[in-house]
Amino acid sequence: MSNRCPPSLLSLAIDATLYNFHNISSDLSFLPEHILIDLFLRTLKAGKLTPRILKLFLATGKEEILSMIQALNIQLVLTPVLPTTSVKDNEVDIVIGAFRSDLTSFMEEWRPIFSRFHIIVVKDPDLKELKIPEGFDVRVYTESDIVKVVGSSKASLFSGYSSRYFGYLVSNRKYIISIDDDCSPAKTQNGELVDIVAQHLNNLKTPATPFFFNTLYDPYQKGSDFVRGYPFSLRSGVPCALSCGLWLNLADYDAPTQALKPDMRNTRYIDAVMTVPLKSMMPMSGVNIAFDRELVGPAMIPALKLAKEGKVRWETMEDVWCGLVVKTVCDHLKLGVKSGTPYVWRNEKGSAIDSLKKEWEGVKLMEDVLPFFETLRLSPLAVTAEECVVEIAAAVKERLGSAHTSTAETMVEWVKLWKAVRS
Amino acid sequence: MSVPATTVTPPLVDELDIVIPTIRNLDFLEQWRSFFQPYHLIIVQDGDPTKTIRVPEGFDYELYNRNDINRILGPKASCISFKDSACRCFGFLVSKKKYIFTIDDDCFVAKDPSGQEINALAQHIHNLLTPATPFFFNTLYDPYREGADFVRGYPFSLREGVTTAISHGLWLNIPDYDAPTQLVKPLERNSRYVDAVMTIPKGTLFPMCGMNLGFHRELIGPALYFGLMGDGQPIGRYDDMWAGWCAKVICDHLGLGVKTGLPYIWHSKASNPFVNLKKEYKGIYWQEEIIPFFQSVVLPKDCTTPQKCYVELSKMVKEKLGPIDPYFEKLSVEMVTWIDAWNELNPATDGTTVAPVKTTEAAPKKK
Repeated sequence: MSNRCPPSLLSLAIDATLYNFHNISSDLSFLPEHILIDLFLRTLKAGKLTPRILKLFLATGKEEILSMIQALNIQLVLTPVLPTTSVKDNEVDIVIGAFRSDLTSFMEEWRPIFSRFHIIVVKDPDLKELKIPEGFDVRVYTESDIVKVVGSSKASLFSGYSSRYFGYLVSNRKYIISIDDDCSPAKTQNGELVDIVAQHLNNLKTPATPFFFNTLYDPYQKGSDFVRGYPFSLRSGVPCALSCGLWLNLADYDAPTQALKPDMRNTRYIDAVMTVPLKSMMPMSGVNIAFDRELVGPAMIPALKLAKEGKVRWETMEDVWCGLVVKTVCDHLKLGVKSGTPYVWRNEKGSAIDSLKKEWEGVKLMEDVLPFFETLRLSPLAVTAEECVVEIAAAVKERLGSAHTSTAETMVEWVKLWKAVRS
Repeated sequence: MSVPATTVTPPLVDELDIVIPTIRNLDFLEQWRSFFQPYHLIIVQDGDPTKTIRVPEGFDYELYNRNDINRILGPKASCISFKDSACRCFGFLVSKKKYIFTIDDDCFVAKDPSGQEINALAQHIHNLLTPATPFFFNTLYDPYREGADFVRGYPFSLREGVTTAISHGLWLNIPDYDAPTQLVKPLERNSRYVDAVMTIPKGTLFPMCGMNLGFHRELIGPALYFGLMGDGQPIGRYDDMWAGWCAKVICDHLGLGVKTGLPYIWHSKASNPFVNLKKEYKGIYWQEEIIPFFQSVVLPKDCTTPQKCYVELSKMVKEKLGPIDPYFEKLSVEMVTWIDAWNELNPATDGTTVAPVKTTEAAPKKK
């Protein structure tokens, strides 16, 4: 449009109302009818007409509104379709680290699954602007917000792939679900959208079984159970603290693998989730995870940053390191980690060969790091995630050499920040 | 009809035996014909030896009944169970092949979600001929499968994997539940086809089911003794469990891999849960102590063969599990008998016969 009028005060007021609708429960009948109609239409357009808000409009008793509702055949849903688990909206925060400036297509794709929930978007400090579509209950954190909370010296901790950890820090919900901003919802073999929120929460709310492998995988899934030979004393399981999902299309391979097989795409939908056994380490992929913040939040650390970390997953190992720490903590605290469903559809981004050209420290990293984690033993005194992380940090400093001193220090800093923000 | 220029040989046709324990009949083989016929079968007939087991025409097989077992093993026949499918391990003993595939006679060909019949044997062979990855969990499961690979973060030094010693398959339809679960959920059927094979990590035990199993006989055969079950024994339906726990501990020690997952077979017969409960009853209690025992087993470094590992294990069983019940003392003795029998029937390749382990008994008669 060549001639853009600035928005009117009324328009801004209606927008603000829309944004805060979840907090408004008072009577709307004081509003003049034409404004009410405008608000109603704007609510419809933003996709924010929930049963509660519909009731607010109905309660005004205004004729125009009621006839509009009737004309559009809007009905109060009396028997709601329940998701697979009883997910309370206020239990969940969806945390996205934004690398791209326009999140519109991403959020629109996820709207059917995310719109119920509170979303935290943490803007990568390198990003100039950020566009988010309407109709979501979303809180955006920028670099200045980060500095306000943690101070300017620590703000660099939350850049690049580690931005999202700021979201973990400031969230006060029990469950966090976090995916990369280059993922779309996957489809099951029946063509239905995979509801990653429902499935991750199902994983987190059912016990894990790390002490003995069940050959029929997660025994708490419908249609499954513990097999013959599974000790009964182990059948109550332990709480699941971390749920690692998978990816269709572009699997989370490293740069050498993807460069070698540029056309390889993951098309196999494996309908299983299972507990990663005790003492078995695994590579956690930050592309699609969920965790119980109350149980392991302090262990989800943004400690390891490769010197040349880039904006594609091929150029980072922060999540792999974090996963090794979390698994160690879970093993020690007798918590579970599950891996498998749900799937996301991962879109093409970046070039494996270009990533390979950068000096790729990640390749060498795992060779030193894995033996360290395999032999790491935490003391019985460490009974919380914070205490475990501090012990791990001390061991990193002592045994992994000067290359990882800053990692160890960052881990300790993180725990301090975590405690400071909570107090 | 076009004929291939060179004959297409099924994989490992001269290196693999199919071992089937049976007490009824082998009609189920008709359904497996196209997959099994090229291979040699070893049938172990349990129960009444005077009964004739009919083998469908066209299969190349050797059949052993209880009389044969007694004749071949002499006094060592005490280690082979009677009136229990545990007798199948006799088939492992007498086989001369490198690989074994064992299947129950109530297991049929399953179909994958696309409707195609599953060649379970071919999948087991693929599992056994590709490496396993017990030292780090690959989140995309078996990286050697077509369309899969090691994920980001998987150490490169571990990507060669280790030799796969055991391939544990699964079952659609009647799941392998224990008696209490069967009683509570008599109608539950396993209909979830999980299209994955994965390595069971080192240090993790699992419940090994013997009804759809492949293994590398040369590498782990001696560890796959199916224990004392059935007639005259206080326990049943724990034969494969026992073999699985022993074998996994030994595989972990020797640096061998165990895979589980595909292939699926169609398990058609649900056994009577009340009968099962009677058999399993002791096992359900004993396994609470058996599992911690196996989880704490540390084998000495000089146990470099499965036989040495197994004999060492038998000593530990006597010492640690003996106090639970005299059954375990008996079992530990028969574990050694088994190894003696194994060594006798499978002399070392360098020509030297391995001396029997028990020095107190008379030297075994030469076959």
